[in-house]
Amino acid sequence: MRAMDEATVRHVARLARLELTEADVRRFAADMSKITDFVSALREVDVQGAEMTLHPIANRNQWREDEAQPGFKREDAVSNAADSEQNFFKVPPVIE
Amino acid sequence: MHELLKLDATETARRIRAAETTAHDVTAAVLAQIKATEPRVGAYLHVDEAGALAQAKAVDASVKAGKAGALAGVPVAIKDNIHVHGQQTSCASRMLGDFKAPYDATVTARLRAAGAVLVGKTNLDEFAMGSSCENSALKQTRNPWNVAHVPGGSSGGSAACVAAHSAYLSLGSDTGGSIRLPASFCGVVGFKPSYGRVSRYGLVAFASSLDQVGPFARSVRDTAIIMNVLAGRDAHDTTSADRPVPNYVAGLRGELRGVRVGVVRSYLDQMPNREVAAACQAAIDRMQALGATIVETVLPHADHGIAVYYVVASAEASSNLARFDGVRYGLRVESESGIESYFRTRGTGFGPEVKRRIMLGTYALSAGHWEEFYGRAARVRTLICRDFENAFASCDVIVGPCAPFTAFKAGAKSDPLSMYLCDIFTIPASLAGLCALSLPVGYDKSGLPIGLHMQAPAFAEDRLLGFAHALEQALKPEVDRTPAIA
Repeated sequence: MRAMDEATVRHVARLARLELTEADVRRFAADMSKITDFVSALREVDVQGAEMTLHPIANRNQWREDEAQPGFKREDAVSNAADSEQNFFKVPPVIE
Repeated sequence: MHELLKLDATETARRIRAAETTAHDVTAAVLAQIKATEPRVGAYLHVDEAGALAQAKAVDASVKAGKAGALAGVPVAIKDNIHVHGQQTSCASRMLGDFKAPYDATVTARLRAAGAVLVGKTNLDEFAMGSSCENSALKQTRNPWNVAHVPGGSSGGSAACVAAHSAYLSLGSDTGGSIRLPASFCGVVGFKPSYGRVSRYGLVAFASSLDQVGPFARSVRDTAIIMNVLAGRDAHDTTSADRPVPNYVAGLRGELRGVRVGVVRSYLDQMPNREVAAACQAAIDRMQALGATIVETVLPHADHGIAVYYVVASAEASSNLARFDGVRYGLRVESESGIESYFRTRGTGFGPEVKRRIMLGTYALSAGHWEEFYGRAARVRTLICRDFENAFASCDVIVGPCAPFTAFKAGAKSDPLSMYLCDIFTIPASLAGLCALSLPVGYDKSGLPIGLHMQAPAFAEDRLLGFAHALEQALKPEVDRTPAIA
């Protein structure tokens, strides 16, 4: 198993929207190399004829009548937000 | 400790219903026990003293009105990743800051309806990721049997408070062993129901194909009484099973005659910790003496469980934890731009283990690696499920050690991979969605508890609880002890 290099760690952190310090990058490169090395033992398993199990139970769509049910009030939904205005979530600008 | 705290939950609720004692007195006794034990144990992140006394008062009024529930006046603690309306849900993370739950989890609502008194929220490994409770960003919880040792994790606080008699019952969540491992380390019963048996609505999601809520108790009878309250279909969780819930208390017949007990020989023979192996073997011998048939069985792919689990659970976690972006709840670290704020918020709010799992999961799902990691793990998961189907064709229950060792010293495991290996025996049942529990069956020479892992097919919790109860009754004279701290 190839060791995970720091460039890969930076790329994955970008995908995951995680700010990492330089010390984090070095630490995760070492940790994740060890873990992916451990996990690569799965390559030795004969999985011929084995479908993927994504979930332990057969999950089907479940339908109900399209009727309003009691739910959150807007003020409850925004009550934990860092910032809100008139019951909307408020975020820093994402476009100029 | 107060005399009332020596009773189990079943007897306590009976006395409250019969007006032989009051919910107030029981709750006051638990609050006093919390004050006495918390400085050394640290199981709770939040104790709702005023709220608990108010709930107890309401229960005492309902007893007078003749409307008391199955858990009338029984103080119960809740893992701090399960919502209790108006109280914190911290997940033991800085990410959730001062989050207050805007609704009750279904399990919380069911406990309230049954008359339980919700005393507080318990510590856990951050976002339930860990096996020792040391990954909590907020507090260190210690093992009531020896405070130099860890309580196990991730539901360490919920296990420790029941062991310390600072709650009669508690709720935890189990994704790969997070109820059973701390139960084993703390000498209490920890029960992971089958996937879908208990609603996950209001549990903060870690790995959605694995997470289950379940109870801790000091006896199997108490486990059965709380499972009667927790189990059942919930319209808010489409993965909750729409099938009848047996009366688990009525199923405790105490009979092991004719039961086929499956044993994976290599688990005991190759166990480096001989004290754990010996205690489990003694429990198996006792089952045989009580009329059970011991059947040697094999789970050929179970050894791959940890590798499968850390790919699957991390992949699901990386997706579930994407919601923590500082917009709708929790921490926000401000920045010039929205996208920059996400990076800083998540980089600041998550602790090292949570970041490691998000990284691993993101990598396992990323372009070019998906089939190699996630796809392959999901296929090996199928093989593990088939192993159990084959094994259960010739036995009714599979027993073995719950953990490879007893509770280790705080700080003893600094390498993530060595921590992951704690869950070697509990993970396969999680991957297959089975029900499983840890039952205290002995102690090592330093007095730390040893748990027997008992696994049964999905939705056979009535059978499993019945066997566990029978064994528990037989072992009671040797096993029934209370930690000195209590």
